[in-house]
Amino acid sequence: MPKRLAYSLSDEVLEHVFSFIQSDKDRNVVSAVCKSWYEIERWCRRKIFVGNCYAVSPKMVIRRFPQVRSIELKGKPHFADFNLVPDGWGGYVLPWITEMAGAYPWLDEIRLKRMVVTDESLELIAKSFKDFKVLVLASCEGFSTDGLAAIAASCKNLRELDLRESEVDDSSVHWLSHFPETYTSMVSLNISCLGSGEVSFSALERLVSRCPNLRSLKLNRAVPLDKTANILRLAPQLVEFSTCTYSAELRSDVFSNLAGAFSNCKELRSLSGFWDVVPDYLPAIYSVCSRLTSLNLSYATIHSPDLIKLVSHCPSLQRLLVLDYIEDSGLEALASNCKDLQELRVFPSDPFDVEPNASLTEQGLVAVSLGCPKLQSVLYFCRRMSNAALVTIAQNCPNLTRFRLCIIEPNTADYLTGEPFDVGFGAIVEHCKDLIRLSLSGLLTDCVFEYIGKYAKKLEMLSVAFAGDSDLGLHHVLSGCESLRKLEIRDCPFGDKALLTNAAKLETMRSLLMSSCSVSLEACKLLSQKMPRLNVEVIDERGPPDSRPKNCTVDKLYIYRSVAGPRFDMPPFVWTKDEDLALRLSP
Amino acid sequence: MVLEKDLNLDATELRLGLPGSSEESLRISNKRALPNMNDDSGVAAAKKCDQETAPPTKAQVVGWPPIRSYRKNSLQTKKTEAETGGMYVKVSMDGAPYLRKIDLKVYKGYPELFKALEDMFKFKVGKYSEREGYNGSEFVPTYEDKDGDWMLVGDVPWEMFINACKRLRIVRGSEARGLGCVV
Repeated sequence: MPKRLAYSLSDEVLEHVFSFIQSDKDRNVVSAVCKSWYEIERWCRRKIFVGNCYAVSPKMVIRRFPQVRSIELKGKPHFADFNLVPDGWGGYVLPWITEMAGAYPWLDEIRLKRMVVTDESLELIAKSFKDFKVLVLASCEGFSTDGLAAIAASCKNLRELDLRESEVDDSSVHWLSHFPETYTSMVSLNISCLGSGEVSFSALERLVSRCPNLRSLKLNRAVPLDKTANILRLAPQLVEFSTCTYSAELRSDVFSNLAGAFSNCKELRSLSGFWDVVPDYLPAIYSVCSRLTSLNLSYATIHSPDLIKLVSHCPSLQRLLVLDYIEDSGLEALASNCKDLQELRVFPSDPFDVEPNASLTEQGLVAVSLGCPKLQSVLYFCRRMSNAALVTIAQNCPNLTRFRLCIIEPNTADYLTGEPFDVGFGAIVEHCKDLIRLSLSGLLTDCVFEYIGKYAKKLEMLSVAFAGDSDLGLHHVLSGCESLRKLEIRDCPFGDKALLTNAAKLETMRSLLMSSCSVSLEACKLLSQKMPRLNVEVIDERGPPDSRPKNCTVDKLYIYRSVAGPRFDMPPFVWTKDEDLALRLSP
Repeated sequence: MVLEKDLNLDATELRLGLPGSSEESLRISNKRALPNMNDDSGVAAAKKCDQETAPPTKAQVVGWPPIRSYRKNSLQTKKTEAETGGMYVKVSMDGAPYLRKIDLKVYKGYPELFKALEDMFKFKVGKYSEREGYNGSEFVPTYEDKDGDWMLVGDVPWEMFINACKRLRIVRGSEARGLGCVV
């Protein structure tokens, strides 16, 4: 009976039906129904997401999916953001671009995260893809304004150029001027990471004035205040805008010009930037505040009283990023004014100072949890916390999907009871049944991992630091967290037993990174032998792991599943097994 | 590239005393100084103020707290820019779990400074008289001068004060009572 149904729908009809199925997961399910559906689906899949660029080779992707238009790749593990992965580790995009240049002439979207992108790669993109539209380079590095110039000059239909948080070398090329006068397609431009020498303001103004579809513009720091007003007047249709440097003293002419320019922007919903802002200028944005849904003040030295004034003008706010200058009082004001708040991130203004320089404690977060029923995503840096507060937060916000708490001093205990935070985080995972991301901090024993293993069934990403007592902790997580995809651990006493017992689990995950834990080289070799579809990489800058005493633990360990086998671009400080099942120095 | 701003001067410094202690003996002078200033928090905190422009006294752990390089670099630039211009001093108050930093250059005299401190920490500075110090207030503003001595704010002309002041501390009136007068 099922066979007849499959034949009764023609390929064209099936393809048409599949075109409505966008999510990768659903597409994968569709392709597993039967051989003919697999065939039809692979020819009409247009978007590919590769969460680990070493999990599969470009040739394999091209072989299965011959007509891809959009690709997203991620390279280095998340811990690389915090300097825990040495430079030169890998994540090069050039091999991918080289293969795709030949196979996908109609590729129009490339999104990369934590990858090394060279000017050569950018030039190849510019040359190879005739209808190129979207380039997003998030936290990437390795390229200069030369590469950007190539993109600007060749990509006539470019709609999106987003360099968020990438490191760009200044080659002194006026790359913006390389957009021809006939180019008018820009919709989203994010150059907030560029330094002062890298953007010609007049070229920027000309570009903005000839792109009527521009919706999102994120400028870099060096553009001065009076120029900001000019830009806004040229693009009153902006939905997202990142401001630039505010000048040192309040000048009423500059202020009124700026205020006027902002008041023209009826579509503005998201503001960010605010580097070096002088609080006296903040009222210039009041006219747009009532419509703002997203506000990123996390680079702004604005103190609590001014922040309170500002948030009281923003009742529609859904997303707020801010420094701890907001203090508990500011968060209380946020809780009473912004009932639609879904995401809150509070960063430390002085993370390396032992003493707090702002009155921000657990109370602020508790207030927000109480006042903002739609709160889903939290990132909170603070210097003290209590289990009672965590339990309250968990009970107030059962819909939390992302909870990342960073108590700045490692191993800090509950300031009220002196206890570890096992109970507090236990409450979080127990109440927040949809939690997909969790970052732990503070004093923690193996108990917290028992709770996590027991309750956090939807958890996909877990970050652990300076926690736990023994292998049992890691074992609880690996054996209990059914949805776990990414696990990153540093400075925890987790070792061989938990890893080897749960070896099979590792193949169901994207990756595991362990830094300064208690895993031995022997265990790495054993794991490699047992699990041929795992790449087990030992990252150790101290020298060959083989040369150290047997009971010495490895510095860093990166384990990820792969159908591509071991990679060929490893630097000297990465060790892995070879065909002889012995660890060797990589070439 | 790890942003190593820590030289851990504390650990390599030569001084008398057991390892791990950071006590300094209280200097004796004929200035109007304050008792009870050699408690741990005061001295340790004062020591930190010495290293205001030097790296923090704690050894920094690589990658902790987990802040992206992008953000760290922004903070670093901001700090250098801010502190080259002004005369920044830390202000603490007994009982308050936080510090503030203020730029003394911003104020024209003591009345403005006191108003700012009152707003920041929600207290009232009492009436000042040269003979009796501050009256009618639970809290008293004090400062650490270049010699490491703790003095009552208001004793010296404003210009002299802002050049000498390294750090401010608002203490409980009871601790400041019973001070000797300037000879």
